[in-house]
Amino acid sequence: MSEPAATLFLLGASHRTAPMELRERLALTADKIESFHAALGSLQGLREITVLNTCNRVEFYGVADSPDSVARLQETFCAFQGLSSEAFAAICLQAHGRVAIEHLLSVACGIESQMLGETEILGQVKDAYAEAQTRRTTGPVLNRVFQKTFQYAKHVRSHTAINEGQISIANVAVDLALKIFGDLSSTRILLLGAGDIGEKTAKAFQSRGAASLTVASRTFVRAMELATTFNGTALPWEHVTEKLGDYSVIVGSTAAPDIVVSTADVVAAMKKRRADPIFFIDLALPRDIDSAVAKLENVFLYNLDDLAKIAEQNLAARTAHVALARQIVGEKSEAIWKQIESQAGGVFPSRHIETAAQKKI
Amino acid sequence: MLADSHMPDLTDRTWLWLATAFYLAGFVLGALALLRERRQSQAVIYALVLAGFVIQSIGLYERGLAVKGCPLGNTFEIFQFTAWSAISLYLVVGPTFRLSLLGFFTSLMSAVLTSVSLAIPAWDATRRIGAFGGNSWIEFHAALALFSYGVFALLALTAVMYLLQVFSLKKQHLRGLFAFLPSIRDLDHINLRLLLAGVMILTASIAVGSVYWLQDLDKVNVAKVVTTLAVWATYAVALGLRLKTLLVSKRFAWTCILLFAAALLSLKPVNSSRQPLPAMPPASVQR
Repeated sequence: MSEPAATLFLLGASHRTAPMELRERLALTADKIESFHAALGSLQGLREITVLNTCNRVEFYGVADSPDSVARLQETFCAFQGLSSEAFAAICLQAHGRVAIEHLLSVACGIESQMLGETEILGQVKDAYAEAQTRRTTGPVLNRVFQKTFQYAKHVRSHTAINEGQISIANVAVDLALKIFGDLSSTRILLLGAGDIGEKTAKAFQSRGAASLTVASRTFVRAMELATTFNGTALPWEHVTEKLGDYSVIVGSTAAPDIVVSTADVVAAMKKRRADPIFFIDLALPRDIDSAVAKLENVFLYNLDDLAKIAEQNLAARTAHVALARQIVGEKSEAIWKQIESQAGGVFPSRHIETAAQKKI
Repeated sequence: MLADSHMPDLTDRTWLWLATAFYLAGFVLGALALLRERRQSQAVIYALVLAGFVIQSIGLYERGLAVKGCPLGNTFEIFQFTAWSAISLYLVVGPTFRLSLLGFFTSLMSAVLTSVSLAIPAWDATRRIGAFGGNSWIEFHAALALFSYGVFALLALTAVMYLLQVFSLKKQHLRGLFAFLPSIRDLDHINLRLLLAGVMILTASIAVGSVYWLQDLDKVNVAKVVTTLAVWATYAVALGLRLKTLLVSKRFAWTCILLFAAALLSLKPVNSSRQPLPAMPPASVQR
C-alpha cells in the first residue's frame, strides 16, 4: 500500500496563542478577503483550503502535498498581513492529521472559545465551510471533515452541559425574564439610564425577541439617541414613576446616587398590573431599585451581584463538563480521521506541531 | 368488545397495577433526568403515560363490566377515575401547551393516586353493583363530576409548579428541577384555563344531576348535594375572584391546591352517605 501523498493540516492563531493587538493585525477584514483568496489560488501544492476567520481566531484548514506548501501558505499570509514570519511563528498554531481534526471539533463545540461553550462559533465554522464551498476550495477530505465535525459538534453539545446556562450578565438577565414571561415578543421593557451595561442588556433582550423597548434617561436627548439605536421609544424621566406599571421588565442602569424606584412606586405600579408579574434588573451601582421590592408578591428583583453569581455558577457547570466533552471530541476525531486517513494521512516531518491545549498564552 | 377476545385474562386490579407501574416508570425516568440535570424526553414520558392510560382504561372497563356501570361506586374506584380523568386531560393539554415537566408531575400524581387506592384494601372492600340504579343520566352526572375532579387535580399540579417556579425565582435556586419549569406567565394562564374548564364541567354535571333530583326529591341525598354544591361554589368563587384579579399569584395557586385537597376529602362523606346497594365481596372481579 502506497503512502498517501497529501496531509490534512491546521495553521493559524487564536486568542489562546496571540494577544489582542496581534489578532487585530491577523484578522482578514472584508476588504482583504478577495485578494487573499486570489493569492491562495496561486499557491502550489495546496489541494484544499477553508479559512475560519472570526474575531478571536484566523485558522486555515487544508490539504497540502508537502510541508513546503504549508510553509508557502504561512509566508503568503504573513506577507499579506505585514507580519514577519518569526513573529507569526511565535504565536501560530500548527497541527496535522488527527490533531487538526480534534482542534476543529473542539472549536466547533465551543471548548476553545473565549466564552466557554458559546454556540455562535458553530455557525461561524459553518459559514467558513459554506464560503469555501462557494469558492470551490474544498475537496473530498475537507468535505468529509467539516460535515462530520458539524454532526459531532451537535453530539457533544447534546451529551454534555458544555453550552447550558448563560455566562454573561446580560444573557442571564434575559434567561430570567424568559422564566417569568415565557415569550419576550409581547413584553414591554423599560431601560432606566443610558449606560453601557444597560445598553448591552437591551441588545441581549432584542436579540432574544423583545420587540418593545423604551429608554428613560435624565438627559432626554441621550434617551432619544439610544432609543433610536434600538428602534424603540424614549420616555421623559419625569414620567417614569407614573408609567412604571406599563412595563414588564425594568432595567436600572443609571448613575444616580440614590434609589430611583422606591417600594411605594412599585406598590402603585402593581395595582395597575394586577395579575401580571414585573421583573426588575438592577445593574446600577449604587442600586437604582429599592431592595425591599423583592418582598412584594409578583415582583422579582435581581441585582448585579445576583446575576454575576448565576453567571459564575453556569460557567462552573460548563467547566465541569469540559473533560467529558474533550473525551468525546477525542473519540469522534479518531472516527473522522479513520475515514480520511487514506486520502490525507501523509506525515510531515515534525517541524512545529502543537495543539491549542498545549500552547496557551 | 374491547377486552373479550385478544386481551390477556387479567383481573381489573392487575390491569390497574400494571397501569400504575407505567405511571411510576414515567416519574422515575423524569426524576433520573432531573438528577442528571438533563432535559427530559417529553415524548418518552408522554408515551409511558399514554401506555398507562390505555391499560388503566382496560382495567376500568373490566371493572365497569363487573359492576354494571361506570366504576364510581367506592373510594378506590373514585380515586382511579379521578387519576384517569386527569391523565386523559394531560394527554390532550400536554402537547397543546407544551409545558415542560407537566408529564413528569402528572405521572407522579397518577402513580400516587392509583397506588394509594390499590394499596388500601378497605377502599375496595365493597363493590356496588349498579350503583346508579340503571339511570344513565345520573351516571353521566357522576362521571362528569369526577372528570371535573380530574381537571382540578391537574390544576393542583400546575399550581404546585407555579409555586415552585416562584420559589425558584425569589430564592434564586435556579438549577436542578427548577431549571426546567415552565414560565410564571404560562403557568398562570394554564391555571386560569383549567379552573375555567373544571368549573364548567362541574356546572354541567350539577345541571344534569339536578334534572334527576327535581324529578324525585325524596331520593335526593342531601349530604351529597350540599357537599357537591359547596365544592362547586368555592371553585366558582375562586374563578370569579381570579377573573376580577382579586385572587392572583401565589394566593391563587395555594387556593387551587387547598380546594383540590378539600374536594378529595369531600369524596369520603359523599361516598359513605350513599344509600346501600347490592355489594360484591372484596375478591378481584372475575368476568
